[in-house]
Amino acid sequence: MTRRLLFLLPLASLALMAGFFAWSLMAGRDPAAIGSVMVGRPAPRLDLRALRDGDKPLTDALLRSGKPVIVNFFASWCTPCLAEHPLFTRLAQRDGAVIVGIAWKNKPEEARAWLAKLGDPYLYAGLDFDGKTGLDWGLSGVPETYLIDGTGIVRYHFRGPVTEKDVTDVIIPFLKAKQ
Amino acid sequence: MIPELGHFALILALVVALVQGTLPLVGAAKGDDRLMALGSTAALTQALLVLIAFAALTQAYVTSDFSVVNVVANSHSAKPLVYKITGVWGNHEGSMLLWALILALFGAAVAIFGANLPDTLRARVLAIQALIGTGFLAFLLFTSNPFERLSPAPPDGNGLNPLLQDPGLAFHPPLLYLGYVGFSVTYAFAIAALLEGRVDPAWARWVRPWTLAAWCFLTLGIALGSWWAYYILGWGGFWFWDPVENASLMPWLAGTALLHSAIVVEKRDALKSWTVLLAILAFSLSLLGTFLVRSGVLTSVHAFAQDPARGLYILGFLIAVTGGGLALYAWRAPKLSPGGLFQPVSREGALILNNLLLCTLAVTVLLGTLYPLFLDLLTGNKVSVGPPFFNATFVPLCAPLFAALCVGPFLGWKRAELWPALTQLRLAFFVSVAAAVVAAAVVDSRSTLAAVAFGFGVWLIVGSIVEFASRIRLARVPWPESLRRLRATPRAAIGMTIAHGALGFVVLGSVATGAWHLEVIETLKPGEKTHIAGYDVTLQRVENVQGPNYVAERATLAVTTGGRPFTTLQPERRLFVVQRRQIAETAIQTNLLRDLYATLGEGDPNTGWVIRLYLNPLAPWIWLGAALCALGGFVSLSDRRLRIGAPTRFRARTAGPGMTGGTRGPRSA
Repeated sequence: MTRRLLFLLPLASLALMAGFFAWSLMAGRDPAAIGSVMVGRPAPRLDLRALRDGDKPLTDALLRSGKPVIVNFFASWCTPCLAEHPLFTRLAQRDGAVIVGIAWKNKPEEARAWLAKLGDPYLYAGLDFDGKTGLDWGLSGVPETYLIDGTGIVRYHFRGPVTEKDVTDVIIPFLKAKQ
Repeated sequence: MIPELGHFALILALVVALVQGTLPLVGAAKGDDRLMALGSTAALTQALLVLIAFAALTQAYVTSDFSVVNVVANSHSAKPLVYKITGVWGNHEGSMLLWALILALFGAAVAIFGANLPDTLRARVLAIQALIGTGFLAFLLFTSNPFERLSPAPPDGNGLNPLLQDPGLAFHPPLLYLGYVGFSVTYAFAIAALLEGRVDPAWARWVRPWTLAAWCFLTLGIALGSWWAYYILGWGGFWFWDPVENASLMPWLAGTALLHSAIVVEKRDALKSWTVLLAILAFSLSLLGTFLVRSGVLTSVHAFAQDPARGLYILGFLIAVTGGGLALYAWRAPKLSPGGLFQPVSREGALILNNLLLCTLAVTVLLGTLYPLFLDLLTGNKVSVGPPFFNATFVPLCAPLFAALCVGPFLGWKRAELWPALTQLRLAFFVSVAAAVVAAAVVDSRSTLAAVAFGFGVWLIVGSIVEFASRIRLARVPWPESLRRLRATPRAAIGMTIAHGALGFVVLGSVATGAWHLEVIETLKPGEKTHIAGYDVTLQRVENVQGPNYVAERATLAVTTGGRPFTTLQPERRLFVVQRRQIAETAIQTNLLRDLYATLGEGDPNTGWVIRLYLNPLAPWIWLGAALCALGGFVSLSDRRLRIGAPTRFRARTAGPGMTGGTRGPRSA
């Protein structure tokens, strides 16, 4: 009997492997997605001059207001940022999301012109001209987006443009849950 | 019109494959000669039809017929002719068609060369081949039709992936597929044997040439892929433990194990169910590789366009082929006659050790490749398993394998003495220890491990030479006698010596390149100079050049040594206009003992260009060794005793243990 079981072993291993493969295909996961070390930790330091003339500088206090905040790094020279921009506009207008926009390695006048042309969804807009804040935030490029809960903990980190699916599956539920 | 003909031929091929996959099986079960004979005819017809389909697609590529979606997506009128042809398999649909073609050609080869197989065995092997073919043809027709039309036809195509516009990669897939698909024949033989209920030395002798052929092609395919990665990726490395590389390594390891275990079946009529299992696994691992590359469950630099629907189809196919095979194995294999006990110190004992180690290596690679996937699914953690894992697991496992490799051939069958074998190898032992000591003392004292590995490489080469010298009793008997023995040595033995020694060259090349390479990265402006290992390298100029379908920056590096001109290196960075993709074209100067390797990075006239220089000692030996390894396989394949048509002792053999099911129908001698 044990001998028989031995001969079944290859088949059992295959079944186990095939199960994982099927699961992986069904789950529709993206193997290229990179995990983030930022998730679950307090949001890094924020101390930036404002992008728009006359605004107050951006500080950490914005991230610990008790309300969930979306932090979005963008740049006027970045094409994927253009792609995700309408989603943020809609989030701000329809869902009343608090969105902090940070222009990364971008000339302020170019960033302002870009927002003037496309619409400005950012309640707060900062300028990270030399990219130092981006460094603190573990940025690998733009666009990247962080969801921060009311206590200042990073809950989600999107590398690359946010998609329609991200908005409906993650961002909206996140905003609702914390309100 | 011609694409439609190709499409139609493919549909006909599917129908023929269905007939070939069913009726001969029925014929073999019922002992009906006419139904069994159908297998050969159908195999030849199917091969012809798939060949027509392949020719039709090639024609569409050569004439740049942009009314075919596949041509639009993967070709461009400005492409050189050779890449128009290789573009046929440089994409998902075309490469699957190539796969189906090779499968059908192997089926036809079994029909042609298998005239001396027993009728039932041949009918069953051909039917299993055809069932596999049915899966691939249906996959092509239902999910990946290469002949799909597009209207209106665009004026030009999108071009082939620039990485593939390279002689190394252009011919890498056909070789690799010859290997992968070649294992389908061993799979078919294994399934047929399980259906027949008999595995005997004659069976092993029939399987071995097919295994050997597949193994040789796979060896060449892997070597070509690794060579390509070496000179095109521009990182100076030659093996990256990338999932796609691992996918080709696993069937190679299983195939190598099969090659050795089949000898035990042939000579000792033992290790049968294990050999059958290996035959099933070698092909299953080939399919697994295909699944991993094309389904998108793992990422890789080589990833094809990925589509979950295709992934599910290939998974279903993988489960049907592997699961079907393994289920049949679980049911029938326990009834195969066990092979009796072995002495641990004997030729067969050594071959079993070889099998254990090779299979452990294959499992290690499998776990390393799939672990990130399992972990991600179970915990959501993303990890990447790379060289550190494989260096810590795969490499140490090679040590006992290599150590035993030279001893095995000195051991006799059934029962042998270890000590006499070892004394014959004392020269090889002392030479390799000396080589390791010299390597540690002179070349690099930091890495003891590399020095030890280097010693193993020398051990493999010297050990193989010593084994051959002792076979022809060189210097022990007068040389005319040695010459006579040399002429009488079977090709299979010569092939073994070549392949074993060649492995030593691969090891030496890998160790030296991996552990002792030198690397210099500098930003140079024209006129500036750097140096590497006694060579002074001056960047003379960087110019723009126009290729057929790319523009490139080409650096001219003047290399001098001791003040005298040595060579000129011209690495390029090509921008393929249609795809907006940059590819580095390395410049390599080799003297067969080391490669001087240069790549051109980003830069501009003001800040200078990033130039990377590598000195890779013994790097060419990696690929020369691999080619020599395959040559050993081909030499062995040319052995008269392995010819498929050679007279067999089949009739004289007693039948296997009683089993229900499959008839042991009449067989021709």
